[in-house]
Amino acid sequence: MTARRPTSRRAQRRREAALGYVLVAPALVVFAIFVFYPFAKNFELALYRNPPFPHLPRRYVGLDQAVDVLTSADFRESVWTTVVFAILSVPAGIFLGLALAVAAHRRLRGIGIYRTIFASTVTSSVAVASVIFGTLFNPVIGWIPALGFNPRPPVLENPDWALPAVALVSVWQNIGLSFIIMSAGLQAIPDELLEAAEIDGARPWRRFWRVTVPLMSPTIYFTIVVGSIFAFQAFGQIDLLTPSNQKLLGTNVLTYYIFSNLRERQDPGTAAVLAIALFAITLLLTLTQMRLLERRVHYAA
Amino acid sequence: MPPSPTERPDRQLRRARARRARRSRPAFLRYLVLTVLALVVLFPIYVAVVGSLLVPDQLVHRPPALFPTDPQWGSYSEAWSAGHFSRYLVNSAIVTLTITAGQVITSILAGFAFAMLEFPFKRTIFVVFLATMMVPFEVTIVTNLTTISQGIGPLHFDWHDTYRGLTVPFLATGFGAFMLRQAFLQIPRDLRDAATVDGYGNLKFMALVAVPLVRPTIAALSVFSFLGAWNQYLWPLLVTDDDRLRTVQIGLKQLRSTALDEINVTLAGTILAAAPLVVLLILFQKQLIRGLTAGAVKG
Repeated sequence: MTARRPTSRRAQRRREAALGYVLVAPALVVFAIFVFYPFAKNFELALYRNPPFPHLPRRYVGLDQAVDVLTSADFRESVWTTVVFAILSVPAGIFLGLALAVAAHRRLRGIGIYRTIFASTVTSSVAVASVIFGTLFNPVIGWIPALGFNPRPPVLENPDWALPAVALVSVWQNIGLSFIIMSAGLQAIPDELLEAAEIDGARPWRRFWRVTVPLMSPTIYFTIVVGSIFAFQAFGQIDLLTPSNQKLLGTNVLTYYIFSNLRERQDPGTAAVLAIALFAITLLLTLTQMRLLERRVHYAA
Repeated sequence: MPPSPTERPDRQLRRARARRARRSRPAFLRYLVLTVLALVVLFPIYVAVVGSLLVPDQLVHRPPALFPTDPQWGSYSEAWSAGHFSRYLVNSAIVTLTITAGQVITSILAGFAFAMLEFPFKRTIFVVFLATMMVPFEVTIVTNLTTISQGIGPLHFDWHDTYRGLTVPFLATGFGAFMLRQAFLQIPRDLRDAATVDGYGNLKFMALVAVPLVRPTIAALSVFSFLGAWNQYLWPLLVTDDDRLRTVQIGLKQLRSTALDEINVTLAGTILAAAPLVVLLILFQKQLIRGLTAGAVKG
């Protein structure tokens, strides 16, 4: 009897391990096929130049293609466009979200309704937001031209205004998420700190910049990084609002550039190089975020 | 220098309470500020609703109408039938529910394994799961597009213009597995031991004890997945050309390009596309906020 026990325990452990593998397998298969394989495949595709006509064999060119793409004016312009898009859309969305969170951070009757409204834009898809803003900008029927802002050519066909207009869609869309994250962050701050500042005679504006913002800085950093990562994935706004002439209008953001190489130019090699660049930028932003999170742990300790 | 707020907190607290009672601003002013802000946030949606109820002749009126004096609901039935939105909404529902169910199930299974079971290379596999969160989907589209239409290695897929093409790449999420693992780790060891004494095997324990206990996390993940899946744009655009397979987001693009002179119909379609998520927000706001802040606040 005593001799059997370790065996059965070992059998039990083996059964547990087998079950463990079975349970992680479904997700792991999806990841292998649709995350890791295509990720690795980018590096292979980048080494081959596409034939000038379909159905001809592709040509191995080593790193030539990657160098060509990454040093091209188009690539530089696209990255710059995306950076400007992020600068136009991320801080404004964060500021508005934080302002709304501060305004709604009170115990008032009916505050739940306001909170739902402030959070509501998080549910809006990029297509919904783009169509709505496309209508707002419409030179014939839109509210924005009616309110006096009516440049020639119209906003969405104007190289000076197309990118800010497209960014405004994202600002509005980001308000909800920013509000939700900022509200959660605010709730983690003891009320006493803000009250103490109020007592010391700090006016609301000063209180906001000198007390709330510094105390919220970890949450703000986090939102900046996540917002920037999202900004580098912006696509739908561009596709819907400036469906042609992105280069001319200055709205050829990186993800759109990948898409057009893939779909319109049928050039997976170039698209793969651009995808690797997009990954590298995202990785850089993620590592920054990890650094900041680490520092936040030190704050708390 | 900002006032040092941590100094002598008890005294300041007492002063705060006293002064707050004296100086609290009239409540109506706060409501006024909040209402103005709410109107600004809602303005684009409101204008879209109004626009959907006007006929094109009224739409071009300057200044634009703030109220639909004679609301015309025909735009909705036109978007619904002629604009194929009934079809698009069904497609979006099928795709979204499939993705949500898939993500929840695979996350429960993997999360349970990571939290409750011992097996070789568990840590390594967990890191692999986390690593998927570092790869934006946009980075993988080049090859995924080929995989969906042709297959990979010995597997032959012909999934362009199919529900499988729209859903299968999203049936698992590293974020979801991580969330569920964290939730399962909260289950007290004693409970597991008691279940073992009662003769519960691992699967029975998972289904009858562990999963009911982490229901709030499952709800948060479900709402989060639903939101993401419903709003997808790039991938459905890439893998569907057939109008019968279009999701509502791509349907909007379609409607916009075909009904350009009938903006009221396009706006009606926009409202139809947004409506399910507005309902979701109203019914499940708490779960949604939980899902969205899971990564942000707890770090």
